[in-house]
Amino acid sequence: MATLTLRNVRKSFGGFEAIKGIDLDVADREFVVFVGPSGCGKSTLLRMIAGLEEITDGELAIDGKRVNETGPADRGLAMVFQSYALYPHMTVRQNMGFALRMAGVPRAERDRKVAEAARILQLETYLDRRPKELSGGQRQRVAIGRAIVRNPKVFLFDEPLSNLDAALRGQMRVELTKLHEDLNATMVYVTHDQVEAMTLADKIVVLQAGRVEQVGSPLELYHHPANLFVAGFIGSPRMNLLPATVAEANGAGLALELEPGGPRITVPSQGGAAAAGQQVTLGIRPEALRPAADGPLYGEVRLVERLGGLTLLHVALAGGKAVVVQIEGSDPTRAHQPVRLAADGAACHVFDAGGRALPAPERHPLAA
Amino acid sequence: MRETAAQRAVVTILGWGVALLLFFPILWMFLTSFKAEVAAVAVPPQVLFEPTLESYAEVQARAEYLRFALNSIVVSLGGTLLGLAFAVPAAYSMAFHPTERTRGTLLWMLSTKMLPPVGVLVPIYLLFRTLGALDTRTGLVVIYALMNLPILVWMLFTFFKEVPKEILEAGRMDGARTGGEFWHLLLPLTLPGIASTGLLSLILCWNEAFWSLNLTSSEAAPLTAFIASFSSPQGLFFAKLSAASTMAVAPILVFGWLSQRQLVRGLTFGAVK
Repeated sequence: MATLTLRNVRKSFGGFEAIKGIDLDVADREFVVFVGPSGCGKSTLLRMIAGLEEITDGELAIDGKRVNETGPADRGLAMVFQSYALYPHMTVRQNMGFALRMAGVPRAERDRKVAEAARILQLETYLDRRPKELSGGQRQRVAIGRAIVRNPKVFLFDEPLSNLDAALRGQMRVELTKLHEDLNATMVYVTHDQVEAMTLADKIVVLQAGRVEQVGSPLELYHHPANLFVAGFIGSPRMNLLPATVAEANGAGLALELEPGGPRITVPSQGGAAAAGQQVTLGIRPEALRPAADGPLYGEVRLVERLGGLTLLHVALAGGKAVVVQIEGSDPTRAHQPVRLAADGAACHVFDAGGRALPAPERHPLAA
Repeated sequence: MRETAAQRAVVTILGWGVALLLFFPILWMFLTSFKAEVAAVAVPPQVLFEPTLESYAEVQARAEYLRFALNSIVVSLGGTLLGLAFAVPAAYSMAFHPTERTRGTLLWMLSTKMLPPVGVLVPIYLLFRTLGALDTRTGLVVIYALMNLPILVWMLFTFFKEVPKEILEAGRMDGARTGGEFWHLLLPLTLPGIASTGLLSLILCWNEAFWSLNLTSSEAAPLTAFIASFSSPQGLFFAKLSAASTMAVAPILVFGWLSQRQLVRGLTFGAVK
């Protein structure tokens, strides 16, 4: 049982404000992922929760109890570091048992708990090795094991997979999800990789420049990004963002023109969300575009990326803008071929001049 | 790049040449200590001579070598331990909890080593006289610790800097407090560094002459004073002076030779990952 509450939490380094007032609630057993570009403050925020960075202002509470002044040793949290930070002079067994030793747990019980964690992580045969005799993935497991044996209130992960190769990263991602299920623990996870965020999280917190841009479930962020930043950050390949003008607004939707007098794309919208003549940004996910003989968009295919199950077309539009089109399966389209594109209007996003999303008339069924 | 046999030979010869050049005065001192006084000053210098222990016997008869040696051991060890007792916490705080003044403080500490010690001789002497610390081992221990403190802090600072901050942070997350963090993590990880810092301090204390000659006379006088006592009053008796010097430098030389491995390992600690 562990909840985290952040109320207007701030952090300044000298005159620079790295965290600019964050409010967040992490429910018991929730898997929360902080995601954002490098320098957005996500690691700093995690370190503040851990107690490794002082909180300049605001309040942090664990299980409703203020812990701003509590040291990292007494917060009851465990952290897995990006560099693993294993103790190089200790064996795997000693590494995993260190926290229990510090807590004065008797040796027999310590050994039992270490053995149990080693079993979960399949490290039994490595218990007497030193960290330098292990591979990257094994070190990662030891770092996680060190956190498990403590039975902490909350697990904190600081980009734990970024030092692993792609295959291992995918495998560890699955294992972490399983671990979360098995341990039934609250977890806070920091990453700059939006795929990790999408696959692991119950709740994603998108951060930029020390502020929360949006909080929501992965599909909520994907289908209903609150602003341009989240729209561009979540999803791979990125959402296509095109400047447009509202040509006509009525109850059914908005007719958008990419250039004056040019072809129109109709997007369903809530009445009164925008007026004719207004400058907006049209966001179209690559999978919401498709080649169509009568499509309103016209351009030339510059590059074709064939991933087998998916084909990505990089298209230079007549107006000079570039878009990416994602097609299911292996598409025969070749580079330097002219192409017409149609957009699924219902899957389009419209952002006002300030970058905020105009409300969509219908919520995606899975985006709670 | 591969070196040829000729290149290797040149490097070897050069190496031996430099080593010989550096070691020659000590070798000559060692040889002279086994000569009779007349042979010691003979022109041209004698390389082949009949060895005699006469100088050693005379040195031993005139001064209590062991008392001086004991003083040297006590003040060197004492100065080193006291120095480390202050330098380790100082370097720890500078390496792991730096403030904007840390760099400046380090540079300032080093700059104090640029001041010639004689510049503060009078105030230190007067302070020692007032405090009754003249010619006491305690006085020497304190001055040796102070004298080496900047170097000890600098060396330990660089060793501590090599330890990834995350390891100590992981320790803190695991429930270690400052004491546990130091004892279980920092100390085992930097032991080679701390040991070589201590060794260097021991050697510097042992060889220190300026303060020991000025602040001690008989009770607390270490081996440097023992050597000096053979140089001036009786004029220059080279054989006896050499015998005294050999006896004074022998322990630290043997000690240095035995700990060379550790010293080199410590000084290059972390350089090669």
